[in-house]
Amino acid sequence: MSFTHDIKSNRLLDVVINENFSDIAPPLSDKQVLVASERCLFCYDAPCITACPTGIDIPLFIRKINTGNNHGAAKEILSANILGGSCARVCPTETLCEQVCVRNKHEEKPVEIGRLQRYAVDHLDPAQPYPFTRAKSTGKHIAIVGAGPAGLSCAHQLACDGHQVTIFEAADKSGGLNEYGIALYKLVDDFAQTEIEFVLKIGGIDIQYQKALGRDISLAQLRENYDAVFLGIGMSDVNALNIPGEQYPGVEDAVAYIEDLRQETQLSNLPVGRRVIVIGAGMTAVDIAVQSKKLGAQDVTIVYRRDKSAMGASQHEQDLAQQNGATFICNAQPKEIIGDESGITEMVFNKTETDDNGKLVVTDNLISLPCDVVFKAIGQKFESSPLGNNSDKPALDQRGRIAVNDNFQTSLNDVYAGGDCINGKDLVVEAVDHGNKAALAIHQQLKQIINQGE
Amino acid sequence: MANLACEFIGIKSINPFWLASAPPTDKAYNVVRAFEAGWGGVVWKTLGEDPAPINVSSRYGAHYGQNRQVLGFNNIELITDRPLQINLDEITQVKKDWPDRVIIVSLMVPCEEEAWKNILPLVEATGADGIELNFGCPHGMPERGMGAAVGQVPKYIEMVTRWCKQYCSLPVIVKLTPNITDVRKPAAAAMRGGADAVSLINTINSITSVNLDTMSPEPSVDGKGTHGGYCGSAVKPIALSMVSEIARDPETANLPISGIGGISNWRDAAEFISLGATNVQVCTAAMLYGFKIIDDLCDGLSDWMDQKGYKNINDFSRMAIPNTTDWKHLNMNYKRIAHIDQDICIGCGRCFAACEDTSHQSILQTGDLGDRKYTIIDEECVGCNLCEITCPEPNAIKMVDIDTGKPHLSWLHHPENPYREEK
Repeated sequence: MSFTHDIKSNRLLDVVINENFSDIAPPLSDKQVLVASERCLFCYDAPCITACPTGIDIPLFIRKINTGNNHGAAKEILSANILGGSCARVCPTETLCEQVCVRNKHEEKPVEIGRLQRYAVDHLDPAQPYPFTRAKSTGKHIAIVGAGPAGLSCAHQLACDGHQVTIFEAADKSGGLNEYGIALYKLVDDFAQTEIEFVLKIGGIDIQYQKALGRDISLAQLRENYDAVFLGIGMSDVNALNIPGEQYPGVEDAVAYIEDLRQETQLSNLPVGRRVIVIGAGMTAVDIAVQSKKLGAQDVTIVYRRDKSAMGASQHEQDLAQQNGATFICNAQPKEIIGDESGITEMVFNKTETDDNGKLVVTDNLISLPCDVVFKAIGQKFESSPLGNNSDKPALDQRGRIAVNDNFQTSLNDVYAGGDCINGKDLVVEAVDHGNKAALAIHQQLKQIINQGE
Repeated sequence: MANLACEFIGIKSINPFWLASAPPTDKAYNVVRAFEAGWGGVVWKTLGEDPAPINVSSRYGAHYGQNRQVLGFNNIELITDRPLQINLDEITQVKKDWPDRVIIVSLMVPCEEEAWKNILPLVEATGADGIELNFGCPHGMPERGMGAAVGQVPKYIEMVTRWCKQYCSLPVIVKLTPNITDVRKPAAAAMRGGADAVSLINTINSITSVNLDTMSPEPSVDGKGTHGGYCGSAVKPIALSMVSEIARDPETANLPISGIGGISNWRDAAEFISLGATNVQVCTAAMLYGFKIIDDLCDGLSDWMDQKGYKNINDFSRMAIPNTTDWKHLNMNYKRIAHIDQDICIGCGRCFAACEDTSHQSILQTGDLGDRKYTIIDEECVGCNLCEITCPEPNAIKMVDIDTGKPHLSWLHHPENPYREEK
């Protein structure tokens, strides 16, 4: 980053920044858990289970917590979702399990499923044996590309089924989004790494770091050397604004900044603009806006081209942004960023309107906001070049991501894919689900091959 | 405004709420605090012969609900562990200081005429309003031939009651144990002995829980436990039934009853009074929340009486007795079925699980996630109430009377009853 203008480090004291980045939803106490768990009605055919992409039996684990069977509760969660600990922290529960909780109807307050799940997983009894065992070795070896949530869950399930797994990870660490992309205050204390240690305890999983697809390894090689391949390579590219001034220093990619932030050991070292504009209205936009405020930015404005109701960020996330002092401007479409090679000074927007047909109409009314930094948070996109250039690569879907069938199988018979590199909601919990299901399909496929061989 | 003042066996009380003989009434300090809070009377914790018994450490146990609500409570305390004279002196003083409040003295001495003959004049001299014979304590004292050991033998009840009436001019209340088969027998025995009233129930034999680490029943005394006396709201249904049994029986129908057993609020009190009690005694609720609950007991009862147009306690006393009957008299042609109000239903499906798994498969589940709908299959519903009971939302499920057009028909007169009686 080469910031100029009013961009500097150390806007706040270390002690203040550390406090700002502490756990946003601290663990519930035993007493809070007693009260919270008692609210679960143990619904029949519970809507929360259906709303959870990994289908965790939520009423059952909550009942187990309530009867003091915390270890059993943790096993219940982890058997459906091996990353249940991080999902408990990062899931937008307000749009998943908690949104459909029947307690909402008259009380407007769901059971705190996410926080209860965190409590349960945190209380897995370390004195007890590892809750998963491996089946007899199948002699099959699967290559997984990407040690993010999809890859890890796929690897764990395959290892349980008796397969050998090698994961190729482009970065220095495992975890993917959990390690590099989640807002720091949502996943504190290096939790992603703690969780990965737990995942790997199953055995039979080898991770090779700094091995990027298309650079250090090729899909053709993997298919040649392994019995099946799972691609969990996420989205490596971000959308551009495509407006004048985008090239100037001070215009930053939010994802890249969050990645730096996640790996920074002394947060006060990070350069922070005095006046920050965030373009976008999804989770990443809120994350970068809140984190900018927490690092000491004076003014943070989230600007979105559509109206409020179309925002990707949930109400909970929007509230979080506002509680942290960020402001929203809706119906403003980026037109131009004013600046030069030394930095930026303001950003100009066209006001927009939504017509009766719901179509966005760009007007000639302009607004201009002063700024030192502009963060682009208008979505990521899948970069297909690592898949190779020959004809032997998985087909892509209409959105340009890897196309898969219901079994998460690509157009190549032995190649599966899941997580953000296929079409979906781009959630950690969804990636885990993809990994689980792909593992089951791979296992079925390999079992057939084994049976045919016998 | 309704008048809560009432009279029980000639004893006037400012309200129908007395504290039962138990730890809250063990000494002047507590009793004075109770009177200051507004309690109408107390039954002073049971006096016995000197030397007073010695209590153990670790005395109470609880049966908890999901969120640490105390559903039931038990104790292994004995009668007062203070010297007799201290208690007598304190009773004398408190009665002198609080003339408008009732003090009943609970008594338990060995089943010997001499023992009762000795203690009764001492109690009478305190100025107390009456005595209550503790024939119910189920723990410790029965091992010494007292408490429930007497209450479980009707002829002993009759005998001791008679001594009390003979050697003392105070009204005599006999406190009954529920740890028997038919509560009407000891009640009748008390009546034959000349008792002015009975009070019930005393506590029920119980072990509230077992500590699964130490394998000791709770409350645990140095790793061992014993059965204690169970009380608290969990025992209310048992007490209500026993009170009604005595109130309904022709032999004991006119015997005044002081109702005891899990009374925690004004509604409970009104229910006891409607089933035959003239006043009520409270203990566990006070032990769990303190004496201040008397405010809600009085206020709630008074407001409810105003709404109903009852001017005093007698106006609704025993009103539920005519509706309390034997099973054989119930109308077999009566029909009710459940109705689910879709506006109130939250779609938890608890009713469905209960009905489908354990009852009559009378609920239909339709709709998808977020729009689940549960409806009653009218033809299948037997009106068992289970769905209404399991439903977490008040009023979401209502039991609705169905007019069958058929006349009242009891089992007594039912054509399929081989022993039917002709009308």
